[in-house]
Amino acid sequence: MIDLEKENVYKGIPAAPGIKIANAFLFKKEIEKVTDEAITNVDEAIGNFTEALAKSKKELAKVFSLAVDKLGRKRAALFEAQIMILDDPVLVNRIIDRIRAEKKNSEFIVNDEISKYQDIMTLSHEQYMRERSQDIEDIKNRIIRNIRKKKWKSRISTGEVILVSNSLTPADTVLFSRMNVTGYITNFGGLTSHAAIVARSLNVPAIVGLHDATENIKNSDKVIIDGFNGIVIVNPDDEQLLHYQRKLKKLEVVNIELAKLRDLPAETLDGKKIDILANLDLNEEIELIIQNGAEGVGLMRTEQIFQEYDSFPSEDEQSEVYSNYAEKLYPLPLTIRAFDIGGDKVLPVDVQEPNPMLGWRGIRFLLDNEELFRTQIRAVLKSSIHKNIKFMIPMVSSVSEIELTKELIAKCMAELILEKIPFDEHLELGIMIEVPSAALMIKEFAEDVDFFSIGTNDLIQYLLAVDRGNDIVTNQYQGFHPAVIRTLNFIINEAKKTKTKVSLCGEMAADYKAIPLLVGLGLDSISVSGSVIPHAKKIIRSLNYSEISVFVSQCLKCKTEKEIHDKLDKFYSDNFSESSNEFYSN
Amino acid sequence: MVEKRITIINNAGLHTRPAATIVKIAAQFKSEFFILKDDLDINGKSIIGVMTLAAAKGSELTLTFDGPDEVEMAEAITEYFNKGFDEL
Repeated sequence: MIDLEKENVYKGIPAAPGIKIANAFLFKKEIEKVTDEAITNVDEAIGNFTEALAKSKKELAKVFSLAVDKLGRKRAALFEAQIMILDDPVLVNRIIDRIRAEKKNSEFIVNDEISKYQDIMTLSHEQYMRERSQDIEDIKNRIIRNIRKKKWKSRISTGEVILVSNSLTPADTVLFSRMNVTGYITNFGGLTSHAAIVARSLNVPAIVGLHDATENIKNSDKVIIDGFNGIVIVNPDDEQLLHYQRKLKKLEVVNIELAKLRDLPAETLDGKKIDILANLDLNEEIELIIQNGAEGVGLMRTEQIFQEYDSFPSEDEQSEVYSNYAEKLYPLPLTIRAFDIGGDKVLPVDVQEPNPMLGWRGIRFLLDNEELFRTQIRAVLKSSIHKNIKFMIPMVSSVSEIELTKELIAKCMAELILEKIPFDEHLELGIMIEVPSAALMIKEFAEDVDFFSIGTNDLIQYLLAVDRGNDIVTNQYQGFHPAVIRTLNFIINEAKKTKTKVSLCGEMAADYKAIPLLVGLGLDSISVSGSVIPHAKKIIRSLNYSEISVFVSQCLKCKTEKEIHDKLDKFYSDNFSESSNEFYSN
Repeated sequence: MVEKRITIINNAGLHTRPAATIVKIAAQFKSEFFILKDDLDINGKSIIGVMTLAAAKGSELTLTFDGPDEVEMAEAITEYFNKGFDEL
């Protein structure tokens, strides 16, 4: 056990599993300091400036082609605009004119002129304009650095490092993915941030949301990163180091064991089969998902696409993405979730809501923006020709919402028939169960849909009336609250009575401690991130369904979360060999 | 000089991609092209300038074109705006 109270131990959100011990590489955006200097040789200053532009263009062209390779052409378009700025005739001529007229050093003029545009952007109350100003900051620093003929210091030369940074932009992540980065630690970000997604697709540990990581960790500090439990230890003492070196050795043994599991089913000792599906965020993850033996994609989040595209993707753009995934996965199923916008996810329109979590989000937003919803439905239908796509609706709370959705889908199908465009007429439709009212009406919803997927993150927060983003009440956000377990039990039983498939795709499914509980409740399938799959398989293959269902019926009688936690801990120590138990609990 | 009043009609507004396309279209013509919004007057051939415009859906802009091919240029640019930047 690691003492979490020790002052060199920090806790963040575990975003990708694994353990690594390596030196920290602190990635800080360099801000070039610029002073106002008088010059005599104007032509030399202008020459330096135009040379710097050419050099910057070359650098960005490299990032651009790497990005096309890693992220696809559409997402790389972001970098194209940056390259265009270096060719902007108005900006370039204005800078040259000013150097000539004011006889000042080119860095100063570049900084002064570009900062004017940034000031306008920062003044805007729109969030994306402030982010755009950051992109411009990148360009500005790049030009100034090249005028000074300085090398890019953030390049990592030798040895494996753990990257520590405030947050990571798409450009950073693309570049770092080529280097010897064996772990990521960031101050900001959640499970769906760039760093988290890239780490999972590269199969290296990551911890996000550590708040002060860049303050507490210095360059070349020795760092232990435990991506199973979200623990970071800075300059570990001998005891901590020994603890993790032992863990690492055992992890090697476990990994060899896990590799053998890839082609074996997730089946309990007494023959109950669980489908393990994967959550999918990024193109590169598909290979890992298939390699790790997923039986399909249980949750593809589509709002990611539009966030990275900087706009609502058109029907053709969407269907290109969906078809690409569906083809790569074929014959495995791909469950596409409709845009889940609102709540903690940014709304594309500027709406201030006093209580966004109870506001305009998920299906409510989609039904009010019918054109946008129609575009997505048509794109999904067009990509369904291989018959391996399912469509899933988020945040449903009333039957009428699903009736309206079905009307809209029927309309889109009729259009496509008229346009002679082929699609899967039996496309399966499902809903997320994440609002208590939907959980209570499973029987009625079952008449309208083909499957259910329980979204535990929101279900827990709505059931317990606890905002999971609010630090003050964070202790009240109890994933193992008896009411949560009983609600899951109710949903699964009701779904079974109506013979409707039910899966679970929240963070709970990736919590190693929760897996026996979920299996015991009778779930037939769970959806987790790709790198979690082998671990989940290992746990399931060592369970006895008949035993675990008796154990769960005891949990259902518990009065407090603590009782359930204690039961689970005891269950783990009774049933798992010490070697594997260690990774799944701190 | 040609002057056109237009309204942003696509959901996402004048974001980075359409900004880049507008500048690319403008570069094919010789005339001067300015975009007026509130009290900002932006040169439409400057990508960094166009990127400073926070123009959400429903925003109204005034476009001015001045030069030998102003009519053709006005037609090409307003057409792209009226198509909702190919995002409808």
